[in-house]
Amino acid sequence: MEGILNRLDQKFYVQARYVQRPNLAFVTLKKNVAVQAITYLRDVEGFRHLVMISAVDYIEQNMFQLTYILHNYQLHSDIAVRVELDRENPVMDSLHHLWAAAQVYQREIKEMFGIDFPGSPRVDEPMILEGWDNIPPMRKEFDTKKYSEETYFPREGRASCDPVKIMEKKLYRVEAEVKYEIKRVVRDNRNKSADAN
Amino acid sequence: MEDKEIKNVMDEGFKPEDYFCDARPKVVTPVANKFVRKFYNWAQANSLWILAFGTGCGSIELPPLYTARYDVSRFGIFPRPTPRQAGVFIISGYLSVKTLKRVIRSYEQMQNPKFVLGLGSCTVNGGMYFDSYNTINRLDYYLPVDVYIAGCMPRPEALIAGFNELKKLIKEGRAEGANKYVENLDWYKANQKKIIKDWDLPEYNW
Repeated sequence: MEGILNRLDQKFYVQARYVQRPNLAFVTLKKNVAVQAITYLRDVEGFRHLVMISAVDYIEQNMFQLTYILHNYQLHSDIAVRVELDRENPVMDSLHHLWAAAQVYQREIKEMFGIDFPGSPRVDEPMILEGWDNIPPMRKEFDTKKYSEETYFPREGRASCDPVKIMEKKLYRVEAEVKYEIKRVVRDNRNKSADAN
Repeated sequence: MEDKEIKNVMDEGFKPEDYFCDARPKVVTPVANKFVRKFYNWAQANSLWILAFGTGCGSIELPPLYTARYDVSRFGIFPRPTPRQAGVFIISGYLSVKTLKRVIRSYEQMQNPKFVLGLGSCTVNGGMYFDSYNTINRLDYYLPVDVYIAGCMPRPEALIAGFNELKKLIKEGRAEGANKYVENLDWYKANQKKIIKDWDLPEYNW
């Protein structure tokens, strides 16, 4: 694994690497060399199987992170190639010419995160969300609970039972009462001071 | 056929009215004669044919229901492959908006008398998907539900109990979901169109 990573570093400059297990490593690459590096891994190093493509929305760092997991059947090892995209203009090169299966992932990522893959077949067609007219729902700024309450007629009377609280009241009744009384007093005082401010 | 030919047929030769009627449905009043009506209800209650349409995870409870262990066909309940032959629609679990569109279309194509069974908590109040952006919370805003079966997931025994409840309702002549749908069609359609943004169905198709 180390040898593969070193060769990858010489060719494409690995920005960050993290070897989690002897047969699983994560590498972060620049956006413009990622497809080249994946092609190299597929054709030369034998990572011939695309396991999956996933996206994560890091809203605090203003970026999307794409992860391409590739598998090598001979070595029984995986390499996950990570690419960081700017959140303002999320565009990535398509991989559908390497694996036809990639177009399904890319359609889904386009729909759920709004990351565009120009040239990927049928990438602009709706897949699950037919007629969606809001921001893509997997983005962090999308408030799914609020959207659901506005759209889907919630039924009254939904109660939640926290098993921790129930067991506390069952096993340590007095302590639990004192604890929640203190919490309540603290919360009331905080609300009062917030109102005063 | 090539894609282009299909597109030509769709553009030029395809007439929607050849394939379905989009006239508004009518209320089916029960037979006036009490004894005939009772006989009809008894017959309907004993031949509930299910539409084999699985919407959510609840559809995994249906195969054991049909097969040897719970063998629901001893009650006259039987899966049918097409809406034209089916009388009971089991909404099995959560219902996404994309599926709801197909469900409405299948429900409207079913013949009277038709009944809807809501299976699982998801059809009651959204269940564990109550805050999802893509699954509905209350089924009774979109389709008339005759019997709810609560649980996550209900076992096949619970389903059989639900069927018994439905049979009781039918025998008493109280399972009038289809007529309720017809009477409040505008309200149901408004609710459906509120969430199905790309509405390309006819107003009512059968």
